[in-house]
Amino acid sequence: MRYSGFKVITEGLFGNKGWKPAWRDAAPKAEYDAIIIGGGGHGLATAYYLAKNHGLTNIAVLEKGWLGSGNIGRNTTIVRANYFLPGNSEFYSHSLKLWEGLEADLNYNVMHSQRGLINLFHSDGQRDAFARRGNAMINQGDDAILLDREGVREHLPYLDFEQTRFPIYGGLLHPRGGSARHDAVAWGYARGADRRGVDLIQNCEVTGIDVANGKVVGVQTTRGPIKAAKVGIVVAGRSSQVAAMAGMRLPIESHILQAFVTEGLKPVINHVVSFGMGHFYISQSDKGGLVFGGDLDFYASYAARGNLPMVEHVMEAGMTLMPMIGRAKVLRSWGGIMDMSPDGSPIIDRTHVEGLYLDCGWNYGGFKAVPASGWCMAHLMATDTPHDVARRFRLDRFATGHLLDEEGTGSQHNLH
Amino acid sequence: MRLKCPLCGDRDRREFYYSGTDDYLNRPAADAPLSAWDDHLHNRTNPAGLTRDLWYHEQGCAQWLAVTRNTITHEIMAVDLVAKERAK
Repeated sequence: MRYSGFKVITEGLFGNKGWKPAWRDAAPKAEYDAIIIGGGGHGLATAYYLAKNHGLTNIAVLEKGWLGSGNIGRNTTIVRANYFLPGNSEFYSHSLKLWEGLEADLNYNVMHSQRGLINLFHSDGQRDAFARRGNAMINQGDDAILLDREGVREHLPYLDFEQTRFPIYGGLLHPRGGSARHDAVAWGYARGADRRGVDLIQNCEVTGIDVANGKVVGVQTTRGPIKAAKVGIVVAGRSSQVAAMAGMRLPIESHILQAFVTEGLKPVINHVVSFGMGHFYISQSDKGGLVFGGDLDFYASYAARGNLPMVEHVMEAGMTLMPMIGRAKVLRSWGGIMDMSPDGSPIIDRTHVEGLYLDCGWNYGGFKAVPASGWCMAHLMATDTPHDVARRFRLDRFATGHLLDEEGTGSQHNLH
Repeated sequence: MRLKCPLCGDRDRREFYYSGTDDYLNRPAADAPLSAWDDHLHNRTNPAGLTRDLWYHEQGCAQWLAVTRNTITHEIMAVDLVAKERAK
């Protein structure tokens, strides 16, 4: 079924009885050409592009819960391409271009909204660094505008510009940055993959990876063994557990990142605003809730819930930046399990087992990467060679020193 | 979260700096192969469940603590002084 405005109107006239499920509830077959472990954003996008770009349709996505039940369903939905380092820059640029064509490609409204992202700076040194970053973004073919204080005031008049600790000097505006509806991204990719024949298998937890003579031959699951010559691990915060089934120890530590949403308000924040010095960023969802977050809780955890000190810190930073939000009531908060890599950049690579591929290490920035991650992981799985824009996301870069340390803080687990 | 420091007693999480897994206590020899150093510095078991990691009591007694805890429930089983273990 093709979705369209006409379809919405005709269904509305006839009691909405013609809508069909967006994907089949597939049962596992005994064998596939390729298996993707993990039915989140990255896994579903990988399946979609394997089918669409590479013609592989005898494939399955195995998900231990329901589709989109992990970080794709619980993030702060920011889409941007404001990276600096070669390796990251071209990858996120590619991802943003895919975002811009995603709704037409998927025939699914992911509510991608390019409302503009503003990163604030608070010192002369930080202005220089942001000017340099903006130039790198422009050189990559994306957009960036350096705003002085009055320029920021035109966009964001409600900020407290004269705060004593971090007075606002200006901001870097990324007009093509914005947000999207996170669940719809998962559902759109799921529907697109399903329509191309991919089996999306839910409630199917992988319990073992079968390897023979250095090659992957299949997986063991709670719904029986499944054979496949190619297996992709795309499981974010649980990467260490799944990779351990193939005898690997990954450069990954799983941490909590909290996020918050308020009750619905009338439109008041029209951009995505990030306040790096205070570890705070905010946007307003289409439902009206203020969606905001801060930094990691900074200790390894799988609890999917955080601690009060970081809640307090995020609220303080928000009040420092924009005192007007003080009367808004927080509706809920939650914590996601982040697969943190030592240098803060991801891994899309082969492993020591032939036919076994890895896509992980998305830290706290996986959402905007979903289209390009799926695109590049599909390329890697189909051709056994890295895609050009993801060629530096190597698993061995920590040993060789070819780091992608965007923050410049060092290659150490507790620094990103 | 609160940690029961063996020297200072029950203290708020904000008094502590988190370093990471207690793998850091098993430092390779200076002449160990690069792969051993790579493994030591970067690769992690990253358990979902019982773990043991290092916390520094920065705003207290300035001791390194080895904390045994559950990463799924946040339950804390034991807090030991690293210095005491080292002295054994």
